Amino acid sequence: MNASAEDAPLPLLQIIDLNVSYPTASGPLPAVRGVSLTVRSGESVGIAGESGCGKSTIASTVLRLQPKGAKVTGSVLVNGQDTQTMPWGQLRAVRWGDAAMVFQGALHSLNPVQRIGDQIAEPIRLHDESVGRNAAARRVAQLLEQVGLPPSRATAYPHQLSGGQKQRVMIAMALACRPQLIIADEPTTALDVMVQAQVLGVLTDLVHDLGLGLLLISHDLSVLGTTCDRVLVMYAGKVVEQGPAVSLFDHPLHPYGGALAAAFPRVGDPRARFAPVGLPGDPPDPQALPSGCPFHPRCALATEECRATDPPLEPIGTDREVACLHADEQRDMKLLLARSRLEAAQSAGGAAMAP
Amino acid sequence: MSARQVAWRRRKDSAGRTWKEFRRHRTGVLGMVVLVVFALVAILAPLLVDSEGLSRTKATGLPLESPSSSYWLGTDEYGRSVLTLLIYGARVSLLVGLFATLISMVLGTLIGIASGFWRGWVGAALFRLTEWFLVIPFLPLALVLATLLGGSLFTIGFVIGVTSWPGTALLIRSQTLSIIGRPYMERARVLGAGDWHQMTRHILPNVMPMVFANTTLTVAGAILSETTLSFLGFGDPTRVSWGTMLDSAFTNGALTLGAWWFLFPPGICVVAVVLSFTLVGQSLEEIFNPRLRQRR
Amino acid sequence: MSQLLSARQLQVTFQGRHGRPDAKGVDGVDLDVAPAEILALVGESGCGKTTLARTLLGLERPSGGAVAYDGAELTHNRRFLRSYRRKVQLILQDPTGALNPRQSVYESVAEGIRIHKMVGVHRRAGDRVTEADLVARALSQAGMRPPQRFFLNYPHELSGGQRQRVVIAGALAVEPSILIADEPVSSLDASIRGEILALLLKLREDLGLSVLVVTHDLGLAWNIADRIAVMYLGRVVEVGTTEEVLAAPKHPYTRALLSVVPEIAQTEPIVLVGETPDPSRVPRGCRFHPRCPALLSGEAAAAGIEGDCRTKPLPVLAATGDHRAACRLPGRLTPS
Repeated sequence: MNASAEDAPLPLLQIIDLNVSYPTASGPLPAVRGVSLTVRSGESVGIAGESGCGKSTIASTVLRLQPKGAKVTGSVLVNGQDTQTMPWGQLRAVRWGDAAMVFQGALHSLNPVQRIGDQIAEPIRLHDESVGRNAAARRVAQLLEQVGLPPSRATAYPHQLSGGQKQRVMIAMALACRPQLIIADEPTTALDVMVQAQVLGVLTDLVHDLGLGLLLISHDLSVLGTTCDRVLVMYAGKVVEQGPAVSLFDHPLHPYGGALAAAFPRVGDPRARFAPVGLPGDPPDPQALPSGCPFHPRCALATEECRATDPPLEPIGTDREVACLHADEQRDMKLLLARSRLEAAQSAGGAAMAP
Repeated sequence: MSARQVAWRRRKDSAGRTWKEFRRHRTGVLGMVVLVVFALVAILAPLLVDSEGLSRTKATGLPLESPSSSYWLGTDEYGRSVLTLLIYGARVSLLVGLFATLISMVLGTLIGIASGFWRGWVGAALFRLTEWFLVIPFLPLALVLATLLGGSLFTIGFVIGVTSWPGTALLIRSQTLSIIGRPYMERARVLGAGDWHQMTRHILPNVMPMVFANTTLTVAGAILSETTLSFLGFGDPTRVSWGTMLDSAFTNGALTLGAWWFLFPPGICVVAVVLSFTLVGQSLEEIFNPRLRQRR
Repeated sequence: MSQLLSARQLQVTFQGRHGRPDAKGVDGVDLDVAPAEILALVGESGCGKTTLARTLLGLERPSGGAVAYDGAELTHNRRFLRSYRRKVQLILQDPTGALNPRQSVYESVAEGIRIHKMVGVHRRAGDRVTEADLVARALSQAGMRPPQRFFLNYPHELSGGQRQRVVIAGALAVEPSILIADEPVSSLDASIRGEILALLLKLREDLGLSVLVVTHDLGLAWNIADRIAVMYLGRVVEVGTTEEVLAAPKHPYTRALLSVVPEIAQTEPIVLVGETPDPSRVPRGCRFHPRCPALLSGEAAAAGIEGDCRTKPLPVLAATGDHRAACRLPGRLTPS
């Protein structure tokens, strides 16, 4: 996609113009509309957006885990091979060996009556029958250490573990067959900040130490900002903005990216004090998208033109892309944010002084 | 207030949706049609046949006549038309079945909700009572009660009602327990809702669909029980029901005499009605019980 | 300053099952909420913050200490609780579960109005209103405008943010003076979050409501709270104004919490080892000592308090309004 990327080796994951729609009683529901992205080894890419924006659909489509009946066009290449068209046998091999998933609801997907060591060993022995019992046990111990758990925990049952420990076991299971790519869908949503930091630390270390590729999906842009190299912001099934995580979080160019960045304020930022920033309105109904730019009904910058034209993703500067007609005028979204914060601060200001 | 009217319309819409869903269940619709036919026959019985035909002394035919153009289903041991008996028998059987079900559902729902709602000794005692009734074999208990209370139509219904509620109570209790854990119950408590308010405004409306579906299944059981009790000679001797018909057919040796027309029609009617109620009940259960719906 | 809601030496114990020792969910807490104040109760899951909130609501009985509203001690008799519940209301985390799916918006909001016969309350005060007026008033206070449009909607027809507004309207309908909000935005989308928090601020401004917001999210506290109380393992370990606690944290635990808030270009994160310990096995001495970075780094030893940290329990942190922390390191126990 980027000019600098052409001479690089084959990417771990390359999604090209992906469209996914689900059949419903009231007609097809477009969940993903023309998304392209690339993940290379040693790189972590984040997808941000609110529920229903299509980010989880992308995650499940990578390993062809989307619900039956979903209509998929475009290609999803894992190590250069399209998972949507490959035969089942090959797909099975890809599902553990090349890419593995860590799910959102993972805390409940451990078998309560099996020791966690045996559960981690299961995919290892399923995928390579030559691995003996002892070799598998050694690998389990190694995996547990990789995710920061003492190897002695292999004999524990899931109920003896805390939420964060269970999530680490899930990561260890995903790593069992030495995948090159990990797809993590809201891996820390149900966890506390401290445990979240521990789990995110494990994932970042894996990317750095083992050179894995990571596709991290979250509604929390600040989580992606700390963990990822690059971030894509999705709205209504499309990528509306992408770029390096730090620059995107600090200077969002799309008004929606701006709202997401402001939703989780920086502690100590005087502009956020007594001035929470939200977006009016609700996410659009994918079956009845607004005309033009789908974000225009909630956008403070929307003009008549926005109601008519759906802007494509266009490069801005060297490493950013944004789909907004007003991106040029609003190169620095901070201006707008400062304005909305000022307004909020003015309305809340009297109360702040009161007690 | 127009809000009330619109609320009423929404309720009607929701009933309409349930009906639409129900129509997709073929077996349920079949059962419903059969039940409607039986109900119409029972309600319109006096218009269809003369009640004089029930009198033993005014019987016009010969005993155990085989079916003919004047007696479509033959005659019984007194010479009465089996068809007349069958039509009037439908009234008694359905009435007793519905009455018993009413008692059973009211008892089962009240005890189920109460034993699920109150965690303390009240709930424990009611739960024990439910279990106790559940493990007592139905027939001996019903026979003892029927003997003690005497065999009138009302007491037979009552006896069947008070012996068949524990299944419903257990079902409603487990539903109640799952509803109690929901956050909206906590919200109601914090709003200051008392026990009565919580039970009537939150639990009852949420268990009602289950009660409704369960009712149809209970009716089937109650009709069968009425037939059993009557067949065993504990029914109301002054009324004709399908059960008493089977009883007299059996005691008069209809089987050995080859008088199949006396034995088969009440038997087939019982089976048809019980089966229809069960089919309707299963369809309703599938519609109302989200867990079953997911499985489909 | 007179306090609206306060807890003194509050303890809540859960009986241990299967022969396990009793768990001290709340183990000695002093806490004050002033009128029109927003206080954030911050901590990790299992620290007892939700138990404390439930006890303040009268949903849990304390095993020691007391809760007082406007100076009157909370007793668990039916009549007292009924009048108490007009004053202290709850906003739950998950608005989807907090609304009965079979009740319309109107019925959900009218529930409290009917229970407390609010129409009569208003008429006696000379305010001639109908139930529908009160429902509409509560809904528009919660930002659902025009309210009549939502009367007949059922919860499943609303968005997550709208559902949370209905829950808030239901609480406002009984005209309370304090809201206890348990993670009010953690199950909502990022874009909705700010809207709901802004609503809480606006309610404080318009109605003079106090809010006790229970959260694990320090950014939320920075967004709306006047003061913060940090809880660890059943105790408040640090209390002070939001600026004091978040800009100059005194307790090593608060520092660690603050350092892991996901942000870019921040200080080196202090990731604590292990999880919050089991409340049925509270460590001896300072309850934080097994995970304390100051103890690990030798800072405590240098101050000559390491032995005390490991063996001597700390007193309950008093709710004096000053910035202080339950920590022996120099200058922490005293106000700055």
